[in-house]
Amino acid sequence: MKRFAYDFERPLVQLETKLDEMKRLESAEKEDIAADICYLEEQIQKLRMRTYSKLTTWQKVQLARHPDRPKMVDYIEAIFTDFIELHGDRAFKDDSSITGGFARLDDEKVMILGHQKGRNTKENIAWNFGMPNPEGYRKAIRIMRLADKFGLPLITFVDTPGAHPGIGAEERGQAVAIAESIMELSQLKVPVIVSVIGEGGSGGALAIGFGDRIIMLENSYYSVITPEGCASILWDGEVSAERAAEVLGLTADKLLELGLVDTIVKEPLGGAHHAPALVARNLKKEIVSALDELKAVGKESLADKRYEKLRSIGHYAEPIKTLTK
Amino acid sequence: MPIGDWFKKEQKDDAQSAEKRAVPDGVWEKCPGCNEALFIKELERNHMVCSKCDYHFPISAQQRIDNLTDHGSFEELWAEMHSEDPLHFIGVKAYTMSLDKAKKTTGLQDAAVCGRALIDGRRVVLGVIDFKFIGGSMGAVVGEKITRTIELATAEEIPVITVSSSGGARMQEGMISLMQMAKTSAAVARHSAAGLPYISVMANPTTGGVTASFATLADIIIAEPRALIGFAGPRVIEQTIKQKLPKDFQTAEFNLQHGQIDMIVDRANMKRTISRIIDYMGS
Repeated sequence: MKRFAYDFERPLVQLETKLDEMKRLESAEKEDIAADICYLEEQIQKLRMRTYSKLTTWQKVQLARHPDRPKMVDYIEAIFTDFIELHGDRAFKDDSSITGGFARLDDEKVMILGHQKGRNTKENIAWNFGMPNPEGYRKAIRIMRLADKFGLPLITFVDTPGAHPGIGAEERGQAVAIAESIMELSQLKVPVIVSVIGEGGSGGALAIGFGDRIIMLENSYYSVITPEGCASILWDGEVSAERAAEVLGLTADKLLELGLVDTIVKEPLGGAHHAPALVARNLKKEIVSALDELKAVGKESLADKRYEKLRSIGHYAEPIKTLTK
Repeated sequence: MPIGDWFKKEQKDDAQSAEKRAVPDGVWEKCPGCNEALFIKELERNHMVCSKCDYHFPISAQQRIDNLTDHGSFEELWAEMHSEDPLHFIGVKAYTMSLDKAKKTTGLQDAAVCGRALIDGRRVVLGVIDFKFIGGSMGAVVGEKITRTIELATAEEIPVITVSSSGGARMQEGMISLMQMAKTSAAVARHSAAGLPYISVMANPTTGGVTASFATLADIIIAEPRALIGFAGPRVIEQTIKQKLPKDFQTAEFNLQHGQIDMIVDRANMKRTISRIIDYMGS
């Protein structure tokens, strides 16, 4: 099977393909090439280190979008049991680019909610590449309210290039649907734990993308605008998205430094898809520990604490005299 | 988020109208809506609205405040707050240069002008966004000032009014800007939970992160005639769906027809309309 690879990964994939061939030859016992295989494996290991140990911002964005990267569906299977999926916004339709429902996190009853990106073309078309329409956000609001009503902690997964830009989306109030979803999140009296697992694209991500704890996978990104959008607007398309990605400060480590996210979950060299089970296990550990901490916070003060957290996001200057007004 | 879309269009329109204007500066103004040459004094008396075709000229935050509040009642707050360029952002030019230029042309420290005011003798807190300041975009300063505006209204148990004209979140402050959407929305939630009135006025254009946060969370949403209102920019939508957009797409009239706003009110009647609505809202 031909493997997907970005340009910067190609030399490595070529070597790996060669190794596969040699192993096939060896197992057919046509030639004794054990020494060659061993040598090649060493070379691959070195090249893998060189390729992945110092990723540029753009390369991280690429990994965040990697078609093989684990998706919401994979994490549902790996982290939770007894998932009961819920559907529909009770007004227009069921938008499957957002999914959610009841689930168990070990013994804990929770509500999960997230953007659905597909694992293949068929799923991606059915799920609109994880780009919700207003009805998706209205479904999200329904699920949030259910979580609140029945005291279930809300665990969200963010993975979207952005809200769907389209005529119907505007007609049905894309902006207000996102705004109301954001407002709903801010008021919930249950713990809200957010995991950014791939792309965190703009307002379409934020609608389910802030809470009491924000966890980011190492190679995910979270941005006010896609690098492509930024390049096209600020530079009139004259510079690449690559350059725009550098200045937007959208990587997990940069956002941690700015105090906008709380925790980073490490990924194996080359990205989460190289060891999905391990990444899911580590992500689960972070979610469980965040939930343990948040359960200790009184139900009444959760929303207040979340408000204070948002309130502290500032980065502005203000002369003293205006403070006294 | 489509900040630049509008910004660009505006600039182009400005350049075009400047070329076409064959009338001496300062006395006459050519209306971009109907090409009529308008006497500026007359235009100002008419709230910068063309008396022939009802075209609403872009106006500054100060002009909007004058238009909406009782004479001399506006008391500005937090006027000195300014951006710290947290990402040290350098685009085509440095963000700090864009800020300096915007400060010079508008006389403001950032895009939001906020404060206490009276409307027909009634106390309100007002937040107005000036499109001339980097496309009215919302970074940390606009987000903080709008949040404080709403919080002050909550604390003093009075109505809050916002007037928006903005391309959305400010790219140059990255995720800090995006988070202002959450901050302002959370403040609206508290104001609303206290049973207090919030009226949002949307002028041309209001898009992106501002429509997707506080501006659409009001009890009552009022738009100026023909104002462009939406989430995604038309260019982005066109590129995505690869077809021409309907002619009136994302206008105030389109939004009214699709149930996204309560009413369209022209500038001359804006203050009176807001005053009448607040009167029903028990403050």
